[in-house]
Amino acid sequence: MGTDIYQLIDPAPLIKYGPDILMSFWATIRLTLVSAVFALILGTVLAAMRVSPTPVLRAGGTLYVNTFRNTPLTLVLLFCSLGLSDTLGIKISEEPSVNGYWLAVIGLTIYHAAFVCEALRSGVNTVDPGQSEAARSIGLTFFQTLRTVVLPQAFRAVIAPLGSLLIALTKNTTIVIVAGYWEASAQMKQMFDEVAATPAIFIGFALGFMVLTLPTGFFFGWLAKRKAVVR
Amino acid sequence: MSAIDAAREPRRRRRTQAASVLYDVPGPRARIRNNILTLVSLLVFAIIAYFVVRRMDAAGQWDAKLWEPFTRHDVWVNVILPGLWGTLAVSAVAAVGAMIFGVVFGLGRLSDHRLFRWVSGAVVEFFRAIPVLLLIFFIQAGPATINIAFGRIPVPIPAFVAVAVGLILYNGSVLAEVFRAGINAVPRGQSEAAYSLGLRKGGVMRLILLPQAVTAMMPAIVSQLVILLKDSALGWIISYPDLLNAAFRQVGANFGNPLPAAIVVAAMYIVINLALSYLANWLERRNRRSRRTSARTVAAPLQPGDPAAPI
Repeated sequence: MGTDIYQLIDPAPLIKYGPDILMSFWATIRLTLVSAVFALILGTVLAAMRVSPTPVLRAGGTLYVNTFRNTPLTLVLLFCSLGLSDTLGIKISEEPSVNGYWLAVIGLTIYHAAFVCEALRSGVNTVDPGQSEAARSIGLTFFQTLRTVVLPQAFRAVIAPLGSLLIALTKNTTIVIVAGYWEASAQMKQMFDEVAATPAIFIGFALGFMVLTLPTGFFFGWLAKRKAVVR
Repeated sequence: MSAIDAAREPRRRRRTQAASVLYDVPGPRARIRNNILTLVSLLVFAIIAYFVVRRMDAAGQWDAKLWEPFTRHDVWVNVILPGLWGTLAVSAVAAVGAMIFGVVFGLGRLSDHRLFRWVSGAVVEFFRAIPVLLLIFFIQAGPATINIAFGRIPVPIPAFVAVAVGLILYNGSVLAEVFRAGINAVPRGQSEAAYSLGLRKGGVMRLILLPQAVTAMMPAIVSQLVILLKDSALGWIISYPDLLNAAFRQVGANFGNPLPAAIVVAAMYIVINLALSYLANWLERRNRRSRRTSARTVAAPLQPGDPAAPI
């Protein structure tokens, strides 16, 4: 019985499966970074739509945000794997694992772009209208106002929200398990099945995620404070 | 300026006239330009919609017999509504649990005792830093291993418990931060005045700080509950019979219509969550009008290192 109890905190499986675990976290990082870049691009386009002077564009952006912000990510990813891939037959690559990767990236991008859009939009809204009124009154054109007055202030206000989005995205990549792509959560589940569901394995994976999320949080927190607009 | 202020700012600056920070009230030339932009964007939307519809048509997804199950009474009564009940039940239990967890650890972080502060802080930061899914996997499979190690007979953990506890630990930790921010948002003069009237620590918290803080945090709490409800869909992964499992897996498998099923389920989630969001907005509007609190409304909860967390 003594050895059984020791087995609960025995880190040996973590060492034995070490290379697999590292590869699974590498998959997590790859999913996070690639989806983050695409989500930032799509989110910026959506935010531009939502603050545009055109009601149709605004309505389109609002529809997108309300749809994807209120749909569970599980469903979005299932939709990508079962709906887009299996039913509609959209194939990005012949290689199943590459295809699975890009479907997962599409799902993560679609979902998180809605949140990026909202973060950016609220960033623009933090800028006092008086700022651009002043800019216009000294004769700056629309793009000059945008480039030299509004956006520099808006970007500073969105550093913190975007940082927490990156953290959320890192954690949300675990849900990619429903799309059949292998990353950290799938690796942990597999070890639970093959070794045993020991606290040691869980703590190991939890620490892995903390190594990814905590420095991100501290970095963005520091950057946000450093760049904060003094009002 | 802190992240809370950043998120709070737009509400103070709600504008009444059409002009925004980006645009002036349009003149005749701008109006023509805007109309052209409207036309072009309508055209682009129409083209996108056309391709989506075409693509689904090519795969035969508009076939009436794929959508027909969702008009049938027995499908709703026997499959979808029990699934909806499963989602609402686990969300309700997790919401209550998360609230209690949040109050305990939120107040723990504000405690005067260093040990309480430290332990509560460590618990809250740990559960916020790791994915909910890992928690759910471990809650489901871990206790059996531990029981065997101690020579006891393992009791299987129901999927309901695994999902509920996982959601409680994560959302409770986020709510703990909301509570902490809510208490801190009450101006210090309030507790100083209370102390000077002769109230003790417990009295100040119970009579002065909590009533004002709860009003200020109500919107943030409701938005977190929307997130909780959405996260309950993680139950799919461990086969908890929730809305997603019932209406997507069961209906989709029985009638061979995964795509229509996904669209209907998504619509149901959106309606439920939008209703909750409207509740949050309404609470916030009411809160801004009322004079029952001296605290400013607390915005989105915080992540490790400060930023405001929307997800």
